[in-house]
Amino acid sequence: MASLANPTRFLSLVDRLVPWLTVLTLLLLGVGLYLSFFVAPPDYQQGETVRIMFIHVPAAWLAMFGYMLIAVASLGTLIWRHPLADVAAKTAAPIGATFTFVALVTGSLWGKPMWGTYWVWDARLTSVLVLFLLYLGLIALWQAIEEPGRAGRAAAILALVGAINVPIIKFSVDWWNTLHQSASVFRLGGPTIDPSMLAPLFVMAIAFTLLFVLLHLIAMRAEILRRRVRALQQTQVERAALVEA
Amino acid sequence: MPDLGPHAVFILSAYGVTFVVIAALALAVVEDDRKQRRILADLERRGIRRRSATTAAKSKAGAPGKPPRKRTP
Repeated sequence: MASLANPTRFLSLVDRLVPWLTVLTLLLLGVGLYLSFFVAPPDYQQGETVRIMFIHVPAAWLAMFGYMLIAVASLGTLIWRHPLADVAAKTAAPIGATFTFVALVTGSLWGKPMWGTYWVWDARLTSVLVLFLLYLGLIALWQAIEEPGRAGRAAAILALVGAINVPIIKFSVDWWNTLHQSASVFRLGGPTIDPSMLAPLFVMAIAFTLLFVLLHLIAMRAEILRRRVRALQQTQVERAALVEA
Repeated sequence: MPDLGPHAVFILSAYGVTFVVIAALALAVVEDDRKQRRILADLERRGIRRRSATTAAKSKAGAPGKPPRKRTP
């Protein structure tokens, strides 16, 4: 495991993993979509709109997973100053932001027919919107500071401060009176969802997770290469300056 | 495809937005990866290499050299 901390070994592992992960992700997405549309029955209350849940719930899980990944990687940046930790955090932000956006939009599209409104300022919806803004803030911070090391440390501090929002999202439905329903899958006493709907939900959740991991690995590879290119171009400029002197 | 009832437009919009947004992200990530590979390959073609890569190349060719050092990722 420790050998993966070596960027060259990590790149070699990514090269081997990406084709397998691509096939597995596409396969599971296909199965998940089939179960979502052709096997899962309509819900007795939500009707056909329950099918939106098969993308909304996994996207919402990954929105939080992405941020926790950034928070853990940020610890790696600040404590061990490992360049791969910074690379992992930086590249997870746009992916996490995308899944958060998907969770917000699909939730809104479900809310209109079920609640009669696209949006309410309840604790769950607002805290997820804050998560989206945190992602955008992190992306902006990485873009604003040119030197990757400095940018990584500044973003790591912001990411760790913002991590307090993740438990707020999770427990908002218990702590406050919200329109958003409370947990129905990961709860004491087991899920309250019928297995006919739980199966497509889990398949889609695994497929989305694999998609997140796949895109993250490719984005990390690109970022490592970008930093190598940057270092080489700097060396080239320094050599040219020495020759001129 | 089952009959999605009166809320079909909301269901199909949700899946449509998800597909477009995630496809755009995937394309951007893959294109960036390809772009960085192209730039790095171009630099290496011009003989501009990382010190560790040069040492590794020399070692493979049988020339003595220092073992690769851990550097910028």
